[in-house]
Amino acid sequence: MDTPVKIDIKDLNLFIGKNHILKDINVTIPEKKITVLLGQSGCGKTTLLKSMNRLIDLNNQVRVSGSITIDNEDILHTRKDITKIRKKMGLLSQRPYPLPMNIYNNIAFGLRISGRKNRINLDKRVERYLRQAHLWDEAKDRLRDSASSLSIGQQQRLCLARGLAVDPVIILADEPTSALDPISSMAIEQMFTELKQSYTIVLVTHILQQALRVADYVIFMYLGEVIEQGPAHEVFTNPKNVVTRQFIQGNFS
Amino acid sequence: MTDRRIRIIEEGFFRVLMFFSTSAIVMVLLLIIISILVKGLPSLSWEMISQTPRGGFYFGKEGGILNAIIGSLYLAGGSTLLAFAVSLPVALFMNVHLVKKVKLVNTVRFLLDLLWGIPSIVYGAFGFTVMVYLGLRTSLLAGIITVTLFIIPIMIRAMDEIMKTVPRGLLEATYSLGSTRSETAYRVFFRQCFSGIITAILLAFGRGIGDAASVLFTTGYTDRIPTSLSQPTATLPLSIFFQLSSPIKEVQNRAYASALILTIIILIISVLARVFERRYFKHKINF
Amino acid sequence: MGFFQTKRNLRNNIHHGWMLICLVLVILMPLIIGLGLYYKSYPILSTHSLAELLFSSSWHPQSNKFGLLPFILSSLWVTLISLIISAPICLLTAIHLTQYARKWVLRLMHPVIDILAGIPSVIFGVWGILIIVPFVSNVVGPLFNKHLSGFSILSGSLVLSVMIIPFILNILIEVFRSLPTELTEAALSVGASKWQTVKYVLVKKAFPGIISAFGLGLSRAFGETIAVLMVVGNVTRIPTGVFQPGYPLPALIANNYGEMMSIPQYDSILMFSALVLFVIVTLFNLASRIAIVQVEKHH
Repeated sequence: MDTPVKIDIKDLNLFIGKNHILKDINVTIPEKKITVLLGQSGCGKTTLLKSMNRLIDLNNQVRVSGSITIDNEDILHTRKDITKIRKKMGLLSQRPYPLPMNIYNNIAFGLRISGRKNRINLDKRVERYLRQAHLWDEAKDRLRDSASSLSIGQQQRLCLARGLAVDPVIILADEPTSALDPISSMAIEQMFTELKQSYTIVLVTHILQQALRVADYVIFMYLGEVIEQGPAHEVFTNPKNVVTRQFIQGNFS
Repeated sequence: MTDRRIRIIEEGFFRVLMFFSTSAIVMVLLLIIISILVKGLPSLSWEMISQTPRGGFYFGKEGGILNAIIGSLYLAGGSTLLAFAVSLPVALFMNVHLVKKVKLVNTVRFLLDLLWGIPSIVYGAFGFTVMVYLGLRTSLLAGIITVTLFIIPIMIRAMDEIMKTVPRGLLEATYSLGSTRSETAYRVFFRQCFSGIITAILLAFGRGIGDAASVLFTTGYTDRIPTSLSQPTATLPLSIFFQLSSPIKEVQNRAYASALILTIIILIISVLARVFERRYFKHKINF
Repeated sequence: MGFFQTKRNLRNNIHHGWMLICLVLVILMPLIIGLGLYYKSYPILSTHSLAELLFSSSWHPQSNKFGLLPFILSSLWVTLISLIISAPICLLTAIHLTQYARKWVLRLMHPVIDILAGIPSVIFGVWGILIIVPFVSNVVGPLFNKHLSGFSILSGSLVLSVMIIPFILNILIEVFRSLPTELTEAALSVGASKWQTVKYVLVKKAFPGIISAFGLGLSRAFGETIAVLMVVGNVTRIPTGVFQPGYPLPALIANNYGEMMSIPQYDSILMFSALVLFVIVTLFNLASRIAIVQVEKHH
């Protein structure tokens, strides 16, 4: 691979109780590309994603071994403040989770808690990120309205803007379009292709077409294991693994 | 008669019974409210709610129940505030900080339910013990401490029931913005559960203002309105309890007026709680 | 930025500390209450045997005789009868509301149950004096050819049964709601009528929950003080019938706090009574809740 590696995962094993959820994961995720985690539901994609910003900490009985290195730092075993690591990564969930406050404050929240409270500065940043998420035109006249007054598609874009506002370098997206209508989904996909110029994006999906449209690099998972990974065109045109081939062809026919 | 007929008759019989039990409950509630109204309304006057009793609450025929109204508001208000300072942190802690310790949290819930079940007279006796231990006399402060202990489990569990319903995704979203646990708890969880928290406070206030057994040993009773925490205090429930047993008609009327005022307060609280439950806090997200 | 981060972490730690302190206090509270009451009842326990205190019927504080049996038995009478009255009403209403009633009935009953649950004990007492006591004296008495004052175990039970109805009913409604709808569908699809489904399937399936609800109601009733005290008569005697006055344990505590200091060991026996109440109610609660948890695990 010619592009620099952003996230390097080595020998990652993860158990929840007695269940072996992730088995010997070894993957590298390139910088400023869209890496798609592909596979059927329940294969461990989401868990792998949530390992990257340690949201697995919120689960009971999780045991984890191996390493996840981001910018030369093993985030699984770091002593550094976990909030700083999480701030590096914006998260987009399966359905939007706006904060219980108005649209403006949804974006400003992350800025305020990291100490940027200057009013003028806040105004500027809120506008900038809302524009980046293509939400400014729809929301500029109702910034004081509750976030729950937005449509689901708009809420998801708000969540994206909110994530961008805290200056992440990575965007983790967990099937971000699964609750959205086709038009909103396309808007999100299009945004990702714009955003990859400045961010490393990891996208979890089980929709092959979506992967085909946006992926630069593909990681294919099956029953907790990574069975194939590589540049998108190689994996899609010439899959080496039988399961991958079936998945790709099955969806074509 | 065929089997089928018997079955139909049986079902009909029980449906009638069910209908009667349900209506009986409604009737009983109406009966209670009407009897309190009928006895209380004639006794209620401006004098009654604007004056303290004259000539002693047990014998004096003049004056009203202002001492008990103010005393009850002080007592319930003070203990609700104190209980809130303990309950909100505990409820947030259980649902934010301990989110992955499912077993521990369930054990705490179990304990809280046990505490909820302890009769208020036991809290009263225990509060009396604490009062003696601290060297206090019967006073507003001793009453506030006792009632606080008594309403804390109620308040925590009511808040907890609301916070339990907040989806995990909101927690994840907040953390991924780099917020600390206390920021997540107080800035996001608190807002999301705001209406539920208000309901919990109202519920606890209602319990606090209505309970007699827990304050019987600790607040004392007086004709005056307390001006400091160390003075004894009259309360509405005890105003009813003591004055109803008086042989003097006018004194009994004070008890009925107190009963009406207390019932009205409880009804207002119950209506407010419903309103807050329905009309969610403006920014609450409906997941 | 460095300063801000430090301040922020400090604030987080302070909140964390306070939350932890509060939680530990709350967790320890049952223990503290139990120990506090035990400490206060120690004097009486050191001069009288536990068996004597609990099972002797001789109550003469002046001559140092402290048998609680009349009070404990009165409590049992009042609670059991109140449960016998309220249990069928609650069960029938819960079935009605969850299986038969239209939406608007439920919408009406929710506030009714809530308000009934919120009415203070002392108001129930006033109502008992105004309605129940005359009712027992003027209606029930003549029915049995008896002259009754009305202040009796029966009056106490009637008032108490109304008080625990909302409590039991709320739990029962939850129990019936948590039954899977597939259960009803399955029963109906094999040709059972609605009532047969209720009788043979739902009630059977919900049985442990129903028993728990009654258990919780019983323990709630056992500790109820003021309302019962106002109508039950308060005569120290082992009751032998529902028309006699009784003197339940909570009423004993509430009625005598004034004399607590005047007779030797009187304060100690009252605190011991509170301890007995605490232990009985908590054990009952524990048993009922464990039963519920077991049932939930089963499902």
